[in-house]
Amino acid sequence: MSQLSSQMQEGPGEVASPPGKRLEEAVLRIAGNSQDGIQSIGVMLARLAGRSDMEVMTYMTIPATISGGASIFQVHMGTGEILSPGDDADILVVFYQHSYDRHLPSLRDGGLLLYDSSHVEPDNEGLQTRGIKSMGLPITELTIETVGGSGKQKGKNIYLLGLLANLFHFDLGKARSLVEARFRKQGDSVVRNALLALEAGWAYSLGELSSEYRLCPAETRGVNKVTMTGNQALAYGIIAAGVRFGAGYPITPWTDTMEQLRQELPFFGGTFLQTEDELAAISAAIGAAYGGVVAMTGTSGPGLSLYSEAISFAVMAEIPLLIVDVQRGGPSTGLPTNVEQSDLELACYGAHGDSPRVVMAPARAEECFYLAIEAVDIAYRYSLPVVFLSDQAIATRIESFKMPKPDRCMQLIVSDRKPRPYHKPYPLDSVTRHVAPGTRLEDGAYPHVTGLEHDEYGYPSVNPEMHTAMTRKRHKKLDLLASELPVPEVDGPMEGEILIVGWGSTEGVIRKAVDRLRSDVSGVGGLHLRHLSPLPPGLTEIFDRFERIYVVEMNDGGRYGCGQLGRMLRMETCCPRIQGINKTEGLSFRVDEIVDRIREPRGAEASNVRESRQTASLSHE
Amino acid sequence: MSENLGKQRAYPMSNESNDSETTITAATEREVPEERRHRLTKSELRADRPTWCAGCGDYGVLAIYQKMLEKRNPPHEEIVTLSGIGCSSRFPYFVNTYGVHYLHGRVLPFATGLSVARPDLNIFVFVGDGDAYSIGGNHLEHCARKNVRMTVVVMDNEVYGLTKKQTSPTSPIGFKSKTDPWGSQIPPLNPIKKLIAAGATFVARSVASSPNHLMSMMEQGMDHNGFAVIECLSECVQFYPGAFDDTHPRRGGKFSEVPADHDIGDDAAAYRLAEADPPGYFGVFYREEKTTLNESEGERVRQSQRRFDGGRDSEVLERLMERLT
Ligand SMILES: Cc1ncc(C[n+]2csc(CCOP(=O)(O)OP(=O)(O)O)c2C)c(N)n1
Ligand code: SF4
Ligand SMILES: [Mg+2]
Repeated sequence: MSQLSSQMQEGPGEVASPPGKRLEEAVLRIAGNSQDGIQSIGVMLARLAGRSDMEVMTYMTIPATISGGASIFQVHMGTGEILSPGDDADILVVFYQHSYDRHLPSLRDGGLLLYDSSHVEPDNEGLQTRGIKSMGLPITELTIETVGGSGKQKGKNIYLLGLLANLFHFDLGKARSLVEARFRKQGDSVVRNALLALEAGWAYSLGELSSEYRLCPAETRGVNKVTMTGNQALAYGIIAAGVRFGAGYPITPWTDTMEQLRQELPFFGGTFLQTEDELAAISAAIGAAYGGVVAMTGTSGPGLSLYSEAISFAVMAEIPLLIVDVQRGGPSTGLPTNVEQSDLELACYGAHGDSPRVVMAPARAEECFYLAIEAVDIAYRYSLPVVFLSDQAIATRIESFKMPKPDRCMQLIVSDRKPRPYHKPYPLDSVTRHVAPGTRLEDGAYPHVTGLEHDEYGYPSVNPEMHTAMTRKRHKKLDLLASELPVPEVDGPMEGEILIVGWGSTEGVIRKAVDRLRSDVSGVGGLHLRHLSPLPPGLTEIFDRFERIYVVEMNDGGRYGCGQLGRMLRMETCCPRIQGINKTEGLSFRVDEIVDRIREPRGAEASNVRESRQTASLSHE
Repeated sequence: MSENLGKQRAYPMSNESNDSETTITAATEREVPEERRHRLTKSELRADRPTWCAGCGDYGVLAIYQKMLEKRNPPHEEIVTLSGIGCSSRFPYFVNTYGVHYLHGRVLPFATGLSVARPDLNIFVFVGDGDAYSIGGNHLEHCARKNVRMTVVVMDNEVYGLTKKQTSPTSPIGFKSKTDPWGSQIPPLNPIKKLIAAGATFVARSVASSPNHLMSMMEQGMDHNGFAVIECLSECVQFYPGAFDDTHPRRGGKFSEVPADHDIGDDAAAYRLAEADPPGYFGVFYREEKTTLNESEGERVRQSQRRFDGGRDSEVLERLMERLT
């Protein structure tokens, strides 16, 4: 059955690795249709790698339609620190001709192609010139042969999982237990078939390939690791942060965090409500926060627009609240399942009136956990709303990272309802600390929380000095926070030619770009910001030490040749040497896109990495 | 990233004494038997002087609310008075209880969050017809459907008062407002029918000028375990004077109570009763005992917590995350 021998091709100049040689990392891409269960083997493979002491990072595309449509899963496994999902694949698995046609360019020269020989006819000559090895096998038929049954394609993904687990020398026992856990709910016979498929795939003869893709044992061996998506890490971070009430409305890519919180917050005595819309979601969260229960709401792009009136209330009424926005492509309904970083300005400024709030962004899945804790801490220390800006890439990416220690990092915030002599809700000279209803006030004067401008006791006031003083007070909370933030660290030398600045999910590619540029640029550094409003201190001094500052963002460069963070940084530092490297394709940056753009600067007006010919010039005609 | 962010903290940190007590001490008068508890007085419930126009129907609602609290005497600190935006929604400033003046149309979801998070509180919501039936109409339906525990009084003047005379969803056909100077041509919505159709479990109708009747409706609303709505006609003397003269015997109108033989458990009968020509009937149209959202969410928490048999939060989190190792 094996077509390995006939189709195994040796690239010119490519020498097969001697047995026993070990790889440090490998990028695997699987491409097919969404009903092929690609996401689920991707997830299991990532988890298996995580259990095998690998660092893992993945890249997924979820088709907008639920079934049908192309789907890929890319997993970058390695034993060092994995920073990005990887640009090009070392190994490409394709189920169909269209997957082959579309994804072959992303397979690196000298890589390995695995294909379903019942559906794909590769161009062997083309492969040979690129030094690509290939192996075809009729995956569907082989699966049916082992599992039996009709022509149902179910199970072929598990067959493939077995084959890949063998290719990478993962532990069969660990793979079995993952598969068992995955199918347990569906009954014994399903588990049995899945295990049959897994073992048959495992037993498929890989011939010479069998020694080529063994990964090195990791440096972090023995460290207990978790493997999860950014959205899962976020849900656990929210719980660890002490949040015990949440409310939301489903929207991609935020939804799975919400589903998880709905199911798991009750384990902690908390509640998560699915509301009728986002206006209700944020209002319910503000209501619970007012009641003294740590609260959050979450959404993606369009929902953040609907939040804005209530955000303005939370600023005015000084309500501590965590607001999550998992960004996707916009404007409007935009690109629901793609990545973009274009909600930053909305997060920072979106709402009427002067309404300062805190905005933070995690750079990777692990940070979703810890930064959520910090975000809630800030919300309570300054009594204000904090917007937590994740993005689709972080949300759906699976990473393996050190298991957090809940007994050390879990935050507990409880409302103290002991009677007190009196309460002034809005003191001008200190941060507001609301008392929750249920707290007896011995002077018998109960406070009002309000969206009207008010005096220190919460009564409406149109006094000009009062409005000025209260407006300043609300703003000063941001100044105070900014003064308490650490100066961010530069990755690389403290001065030089180029500084690459970023935020959110681009951290890994930026760090790789910095590494790659080191060979030909004297002094290149990276700076990744987690605090976006207020910005951390020391930026002016850092920027002063570099000749050119590039701000890498997945949003439009606009009129000034830099994107949303770039513009904010120009405002903050008045530094004219800031320019943007922008991408608006709904896809993450590749390392070479950043590197190429820096090596051949094209002037500020053409800052997008690729500009469509149709819009290069625009006129009324 | 530090993983040592863990800290225990009690908010609010009092400005003058800062002790590190972290447990919730719901020191209320609840444990004190009702007869021995301090009795709320009218003056204790008074706050800012109302800013409503002289003669506004809303004064009547405020007076009855204070009188009812005095009579029923719940622990003072457990009363929460909430409102949206409108003349009527200035309400919380005029009564000395915990109060929130929230957004136009959104106070019901605010109250939902508060009610579910704090089922121990007595939550009262006061809103206008525009707030409840127009901008907040969707929330009203969903609160009714979910049966969230709270008492809502809609102070319906059939006009937008605060913004000075625009057509409201309850303005009758022919009503001349600044947005319909030629007379409104859109049929008004019928709040009682809307509420019954949405599944509200307590629906009553009253008028601010009948204090005893309103008091009875509000007390029954307060006693109802669930979402109780009292649609209360309340005259805007400024922009729709005389709107409810037809309910007032002394002004030549007729105050008809819900007929004694009406079955308040029959939603179809209530629906038909609500179709009576103006000024219609007053009283409880519909009442039903149904599981509240507070109860179902509370039960979910109890069941979920049983699964980890009372483990500490950090242990539970660790066990959940261990599934992903
Ligand atoms: C989002 C929003 N839209 C509009 C307004 C302006 N506004 C305030 S109150 C009101 C209507 C008030 O009518 P109603 O709810 O019937 O209360 P009333 O003043 O009659 O008691 C409007 C339109 C607002 N505050 N917020
Ligand atoms: S405008 Fe109408 S509703 Fe508003 S206070 Fe005056 S009378 Fe009352
Ligand atoms: Mg009105």
